[in-house]
Amino acid sequence: MSSREIIESGTLELFVFGKLTEEENKEVIEMSKKYSEVQEEILAIESAIINLSQSVSPHLSVTNYEKIRTKLLGKNDVISINRKSSWTNYIGWGAAAVFVIGFGLQYFKLDESKTTIDKLATEKSLMQESIVDLEFEKQEAEKVLAIVRDNNNIQVALGGQEVAPNAYAKAYYNKETNEVYIDASGLPNPPEGKVYQVWGLKLDPLTPQSIGLLDNFTANNSKVFKVEKADGAEAFGITLEPAGGSVSPTLEQLYTLGKV
Amino acid sequence: MEQEQLVKELLSKSNQSFTLLYDNYSKSLYAVIYNLIKNREEAEDVLQEVFVKIWNNIDTYNETKGRLYTWMLNITRNTTIDKLRSKGYNNSQKNQSADNFVYMLEDNSKTVNKIDAIGISRFIKKLKPKCIQIIELLFFQGYTQQEASEELEMPLGTVKTQNRNCMNELRTMINE
Repeated sequence: MSSREIIESGTLELFVFGKLTEEENKEVIEMSKKYSEVQEEILAIESAIINLSQSVSPHLSVTNYEKIRTKLLGKNDVISINRKSSWTNYIGWGAAAVFVIGFGLQYFKLDESKTTIDKLATEKSLMQESIVDLEFEKQEAEKVLAIVRDNNNIQVALGGQEVAPNAYAKAYYNKETNEVYIDASGLPNPPEGKVYQVWGLKLDPLTPQSIGLLDNFTANNSKVFKVEKADGAEAFGITLEPAGGSVSPTLEQLYTLGKV
Repeated sequence: MEQEQLVKELLSKSNQSFTLLYDNYSKSLYAVIYNLIKNREEAEDVLQEVFVKIWNNIDTYNETKGRLYTWMLNITRNTTIDKLRSKGYNNSQKNQSADNFVYMLEDNSKTVNKIDAIGISRFIKKLKPKCIQIIELLFFQGYTQQEASEELEMPLGTVKTQNRNCMNELRTMINE
């Protein structure tokens, strides 16, 4: 068989793959010794298939390397290096021990520091949250204060009526802009499914006009609500209505009322 | 490094020879194992076993019978198949011809080897499906020519030359 023939036949590939019989293997090896081009071809095939398989191989962890290394080389090797003199041995081991302890301590400290940092970060974000909350509360308080202080606002006291004699509320009414704020801190929380509705009233003839609902009553801490503008209102009333409000006030549920 | 040199080193069981062995062959052998066993942890266990066998039996390796790599490859296949049998897998692998080594690339691209995998997957995907199949069977699964010819419904004589053509294609791609 010529070197050309054996190269072209595909036998060398199977030789590298380990798929030839012992007889065939022998033949290939003889040929490779005789012809350098056969040997070179074998090396090229081997390197190509190693290259291919390496490239598709999943990642091998470093721990895997360490495991195998320990299994094969064990600890004997480490000891045999330092057998010459016993005192250097001790110094070596001593230094190693110090190093290990030091390293351990450092690691422990690092770990501790990391925990502390984590804790601080959590605390920080909690504090930031409460700062934001406080900022909101402050803004709200300032808003309320501004309404109360505004010279253009007329304060209308709304007194408790039959259903709720102890209830009270205040309306801040700006006659120029017709803006109305209701301070409802004197009203009890509305029962589930009910909502307070604010009415602007004209007295002659008595015509109520809805100027809004006190939505999210419980959630509003300052209990100051901005409602719709009330053009030329002469009195304000607050009634308890089914959720969503009513077209005209339910007078039996009139909580507070007051004239401008 | 020349194979003769490496064998000499391995016989001396030096630390350096282990590093050489591991660096040059671990990934290739691991690919073969993983492709058969398809479980990372088990594949790593088998790889350990394979390295122990190579290490302890290097003196039985005979250069006049084949390449060192081929010898290691056979140890790898046998150890993996033993493992599969011990777990009752039988030869079920041989029926899953739809699977092949290329899927490992897709797994890889999700993890660490990203750049490698993208580079090489470009040319591996250029390989004809027939080539992927034939390399899968003969190299990765360790089929005999006979088995491969049955599986691929290809005349026995064609398997060898077809594989040669495919390997040539691969080599030109790698060298490009």
